[in-house]
Amino acid sequence: MSIVMPDSKPIKRGNLPLDLKTWGPFVALIALALLGALINPAFLGLDNLSNMLTRSAFIGIIAIGATFVITAGGLDLSVGSMAAFIAGVMIILMNSLVEQFGPGLTTVLLGVGASLILGLGAGFINGIVTTKGKIEAFIVTLGTMGIYRSLVTYLADGGTLTLDWSVRDIYRPVYYDSMLGIPIPVWVFLCVAVIGYVLLNHTRFGRYCFAIGSNEKVAEYSAIHVDRIKTLTYMFQGVCVALATIIYVPRLGSASGATGVLWELEAIAAVIIGGTMLKGGHGRIWGTVVGAIMLTMIGNILNLTDAISNYLNGTVQGIIIIVAVYLQRASWRKTGT
Amino acid sequence: MAMDNDVLLEGRHISRFFGGHQVLFDVDLMLRAGEVHALLGENGAGKSTLVRILAGYLSPTSGEVVMSGEPRRYRSSGEAEADGVVMIHQELALAEQLTVEENIFLGREIRRGPFLDRKTMRAHCRKALAELETDVDPTARVKDLGTSDQQMVEIAKAVTRDVRVLIMDEPTATLTEHEVQVLFALVSRLRKRGVAILYISHKLREIEQIADRVTVLRDGRLVDSGPMQGRSKEELARLMVGREITEMYPARTPVPDDAPHVLEARDIVVPGAVHWASFALRKGEVLGFGGVVGAGRTALIESVLGLRPRSAGQVLRHGEPVTLRHLRDAVRHRIAYLTEDRKAKGLVLNMGLCPNLTLLNLRDYCHPLIDRKQEAQALEEATSRFDIRLRTEALTAAELSGGNQQKLLLAKVMSIDPEVVIINEPTRGIDVGTKHQIYHFIRELTDAGRSVILISSEMGELIGLSHRVAVMCAGVLTGILEGEQINEQEIMQYASGIKGVGVDEHRHA
Repeated sequence: MSIVMPDSKPIKRGNLPLDLKTWGPFVALIALALLGALINPAFLGLDNLSNMLTRSAFIGIIAIGATFVITAGGLDLSVGSMAAFIAGVMIILMNSLVEQFGPGLTTVLLGVGASLILGLGAGFINGIVTTKGKIEAFIVTLGTMGIYRSLVTYLADGGTLTLDWSVRDIYRPVYYDSMLGIPIPVWVFLCVAVIGYVLLNHTRFGRYCFAIGSNEKVAEYSAIHVDRIKTLTYMFQGVCVALATIIYVPRLGSASGATGVLWELEAIAAVIIGGTMLKGGHGRIWGTVVGAIMLTMIGNILNLTDAISNYLNGTVQGIIIIVAVYLQRASWRKTGT
Repeated sequence: MAMDNDVLLEGRHISRFFGGHQVLFDVDLMLRAGEVHALLGENGAGKSTLVRILAGYLSPTSGEVVMSGEPRRYRSSGEAEADGVVMIHQELALAEQLTVEENIFLGREIRRGPFLDRKTMRAHCRKALAELETDVDPTARVKDLGTSDQQMVEIAKAVTRDVRVLIMDEPTATLTEHEVQVLFALVSRLRKRGVAILYISHKLREIEQIADRVTVLRDGRLVDSGPMQGRSKEELARLMVGREITEMYPARTPVPDDAPHVLEARDIVVPGAVHWASFALRKGEVLGFGGVVGAGRTALIESVLGLRPRSAGQVLRHGEPVTLRHLRDAVRHRIAYLTEDRKAKGLVLNMGLCPNLTLLNLRDYCHPLIDRKQEAQALEEATSRFDIRLRTEALTAAELSGGNQQKLLLAKVMSIDPEVVIINEPTRGIDVGTKHQIYHFIRELTDAGRSVILISSEMGELIGLSHRVAVMCAGVLTGILEGEQINEQEIMQYASGIKGVGVDEHRHA
């Protein structure tokens, strides 16, 4: 029995000259920047901008990984505590390597290598348990979130793990130095974003993420190894967390049970503001990048003005997240889905 | 002749259109108190549409529904239920997380003041379940019950209402033999109580056992109606399908007897779905798979392809044993599978046409990045080869019509250049013109030396296209028909378990 589709239906792609769904986050970012400049001209100063981008790099890098997980229909709540745990292990490892290798490049590189392996492994665990154990990602990563958080607290014995001073001197340029006038963390952020963009939009892996997030059954019937791809998204997420941790550790040179608290929610917020759909099937890397910068920018603007208390940072962020998603949904409705 | 005041629910001159497509033509149906009326017809004959109109789920385009002599215009199933017209659904419609008792009284809870009267409800519930001779616990959650127990709950839900007309749409599809007998006993009791029962089934054996009166629909038209007495199963089977269908199908090229076996399955067992089924596909032939929905055809094929687990059995490709654990393995062996559910399993509806077309064979477009130009070119080729009609470029798959979606899906599975093409219900929900194109396409495949497995619930397709037809009934491959044997009556008899190897033995086993 055919359901007759009206063949003459005109295809409307929104009445606005600008497609809000695609350009919305960018428009919002520019509007926010203009607002910042109006409130305080210092906002547009090079120092302020580069500082802001550097700060947004942590959440941004993690959020790029989260874009893959969410696009493929998953969710990872463990990233914040994973970062804290990796930071803790890294510091302990480097401190103990100082005795053997001295405070040299070898020590730092081994620490960085360990961080990447830990990230990869943690992501693999999240992925394999959700896919093979057939447990919702929310539950699995809620569990690992608790595990990593308590592990880092245990490693630090309830206090703070501090990186050896000699190592810190060698390692600190990774956060504090610049290349061509742009801070290293921003370079890393940019590289991860470019790689993420290519991966998501121009490779099989990315295409499979979209397909799985849209409809897992169809993906399965298209001979896609659904479990494998989903696990890979969690592993990529783990590597992103490791990279963020690598540039985070030299900033303070310490890790504690309070490191990376609520990063998972900020990362998810950045992804959502960027126009990726929480239920999966549609993801955008540049949107995520913009989302991460916006979240930092809100805090930055509130710092520069007395009109709204800095304590209301979370309120403003919350409102922006809801409004962003509302606008995206409204434009979805217009195109008729 | 029954008196007219016995008539409870009646449909007069019912016609119904879906869009521009007419599915019911001027059908009359009378349900009398204390009578079991069987409604027969092939898939797509319009049975479900007719009963949904009678039960208030749909309104007729023309004609009227009359209850106890008064015309009724039901706007919802709730209004029909208020009149005592209750329908038991083919697909279960229970709230999984609620208990049996909560489900049975859902929406009509017995209350004492503002509070639920659980005691009374439990008593009613126990009584209804006892009548069904089932040991389902009223406090069990529905999701913890097996399918047949769920079906029993659905039936209990219907009979606890003040039911005057009970409509059962294939109620035995998921029941065991014993449960079927219990259900029939209940039907007899309801009949004695003066309830009018409309019973839909494909299984002619059951119809013969319980029906007093029978009505046959074919292609939306009423072809026969009258007392069951004096009508034989064989005659009814012929009435259900008997129509000329030859010119729709291109002539078949004979397959030599010594044609090699390209794909063979031996003793496949899928727990709860397939019992020891074996078949072999020869090069250049169309092997049809007949049987009613739920007979285990899809389960058999999908377990062969590695899409669902099987507990026993072996698969051979060109006579060599192969292990297909994942559909990717099947693709590597150049076996393509066209699913029966293009919307839920075939196409990613919110994606564009290119990504859908290339999804199965994406690695051919990666060097190592996806070559969008090559994809666009592939789409262009596919649209002309498969005659996909596009309204505008850059649409999503959801915006295509059913027939064009099917052609896109066909193009997708053909992208791996398969030797064996397995097609499941290729013409479900598409128009006649597209059907015709698909039939010719299938014939082209075999003429080019490929082999096709065709699973279909449309008799005409099976007969018109297949060189041989394997028929399944209740998970058992009852027989493989050849040559003169391939006709509607034979297939129907094998599909309903009248003929062929022991369905009952397996059922009881």
